[in-house]
Amino acid sequence: MENLKTELKHKIIEVLNLEDVSVEEVKDTDPLFGGGLGLDSIDALELIVLLDKDYGIKLADPKKGKEIFQSIDTMAAFIEENRTK
Amino acid sequence: MKVMKKTESCTIQDSKITVTGKPVFESQSETFHDFAKDAYKCLELNYPKFHKMDNLSKLAFLASEMILKDEDHSRTAIVLANRSSSLDTDFKYQESINSQENYFPSPAVFVYTLPNICVGEISIKHKMQTENAFFVLDEFDEQFLNDYAEQILLSGKAEKVLCGWTELYQENYKAFVYLLTL
Amino acid sequence: MKKEIYITDYNCITPLGFDVSSNWNHLVEGKSGVALHKVIENQEAFYASIIDTDKLEKEFKINFDSQNFTRLEKMFLLSLKPLIEKHKISKETAFILSTTKGNISLLKNQTELPEGVYLSNLAQKIADYFGFKTKPIVVSNACVSGVMAIAVAKNMIQAGKYKDAFVIAGDEVSEFVISGFNSFQAIGTEPCKPYDKKRNGINIGEATAAVYITSVPGENEKFRFKILGDSAVNDANHISGPSRTGDGLYASISNAMTEANITSDQIDFISAHGTATLYNDEMEAIAFNRMELQNAPLNSMKGYYGHCLGASGLLESIISMESVRHGMLIPSKNFEETGVSQPLNIIKENQPAKIKYILKTASGFGGCNAAIVLEKY
Repeated sequence: MENLKTELKHKIIEVLNLEDVSVEEVKDTDPLFGGGLGLDSIDALELIVLLDKDYGIKLADPKKGKEIFQSIDTMAAFIEENRTK
Repeated sequence: MKVMKKTESCTIQDSKITVTGKPVFESQSETFHDFAKDAYKCLELNYPKFHKMDNLSKLAFLASEMILKDEDHSRTAIVLANRSSSLDTDFKYQESINSQENYFPSPAVFVYTLPNICVGEISIKHKMQTENAFFVLDEFDEQFLNDYAEQILLSGKAEKVLCGWTELYQENYKAFVYLLTL
Repeated sequence: MKKEIYITDYNCITPLGFDVSSNWNHLVEGKSGVALHKVIENQEAFYASIIDTDKLEKEFKINFDSQNFTRLEKMFLLSLKPLIEKHKISKETAFILSTTKGNISLLKNQTELPEGVYLSNLAQKIADYFGFKTKPIVVSNACVSGVMAIAVAKNMIQAGKYKDAFVIAGDEVSEFVISGFNSFQAIGTEPCKPYDKKRNGINIGEATAAVYITSVPGENEKFRFKILGDSAVNDANHISGPSRTGDGLYASISNAMTEANITSDQIDFISAHGTATLYNDEMEAIAFNRMELQNAPLNSMKGYYGHCLGASGLLESIISMESVRHGMLIPSKNFEETGVSQPLNIIKENQPAKIKYILKTASGFGGCNAAIVLEKY
């Protein structure tokens, strides 16, 4: 699970173009949205694409995104449970 | 009969930024992406959203930053034009949907498949709730842009107009942006 | 004293017909161009408003000899032809084209850019066919382009740069656009329901539209609509989400009405944007209330035509003017129960009305907004 969390941090920084952010700065429990990363609604949609592209998870109800993307912890847990890749 | 004045201008071409004739920044980077990143760092722009922009928006944004700086532009309209519209990003977006097997359209890329988004980015940074327009022309037509800017100024809808040409397709790019007042 | 500028002719090519009369007859019967279509291979069918290509080809063959045009170009040529036949082109005639993506479908599986994807080439091809003498002006400002194109014509004529103008607008349904809006989860699962409680997204549409605008109206026109005021103000908030307080739209409407020298209670009809996304419709309700326009009869036409992107502003302006000519306002199709936080006077059924002042608005990606005020002369 730790590997997945680190992997997620790398991916998020890359996919969301967070140039000035390092992996160390992203804490497992920090809120991804409404926190210091400045993520917005387009970033939320991009994370939904990431779930599909890299982990084979198609979100049946995109509105669930809010719960899933609360933090690295919640995201990793969801992926562990639902990944098909 | 009032005559318009061009008060400042910025040119970006061949990895160089020039402001009203004076060189302000030059990079040895060969790609626009790297040049833009170098410029961002060197000019200490401190605006993380920059990194999410597509190349056309980065070009228009950099040129505008040089002119708008930190001043109040709440009465400055924006009128930009180019030849290639958003084709640079359109091409990249199309690549993401060409294959049925690897079909992952990206919203962050798609949003930039409209040329006026670069105007939106400038408006957001400088809080410019002002008149704005984006035209696509076969070549830089300064007369047309100035005519269009002039009627905005004469109508009283704005006090200044940020006007210019922001053209980019892959590694061919040129920005020539200037400020007009009566 | 500024010159007075008039719209004196128009035409459109849509799934509801290849001229304005056919469109009007269908609209008054409540017909819609929105239907279930399978556009992309390996993907489910969805609701969109698409022109029957066979009918389009047939109509094109009757009217034009050369076939060397893309589908969108054929739509443009068909919409403009009747206007060209009635109004002469001079050295002082402007040619303005509004589109968001033009011939974008030409990009599929290409390694280089085909000439036809350049919007200026698209415009020049149409201009050359009809013999325009001035350089084409392409307005590409997301979904406000159609409304803005009318404003650009009016302002450039008033500035003395042209005497008259032909303004055309068009966009085509494409995999490019559908996939993009899908990635934004903006596409509705049913025929769209602007302002409704159950709205859940847009239907994509396609159309072309054309208007003739002049400062020297002739004797023989059937109608004249004066373009009284215009404004296009940015929200300066976010590149894809509208301002929650409707700042840009409010300012655009306010400026346009100030220029038109009319007050809110004088607006007889609003042709709003109403795309049926949660955020757009809510933003509009807020902006209209800020302007105290909540009592003006209002509709969105997206339920009839879907969202035609660069064509929508011009097409919907035409249908608004046609409504005025028939003394009949048509309902905001598919609206049942309000789902916006502020009141609006949404038209629910065909309504006879005497209209003098029309307010047309639009909003789009990039935080742009546009408003124009038209007067029935």
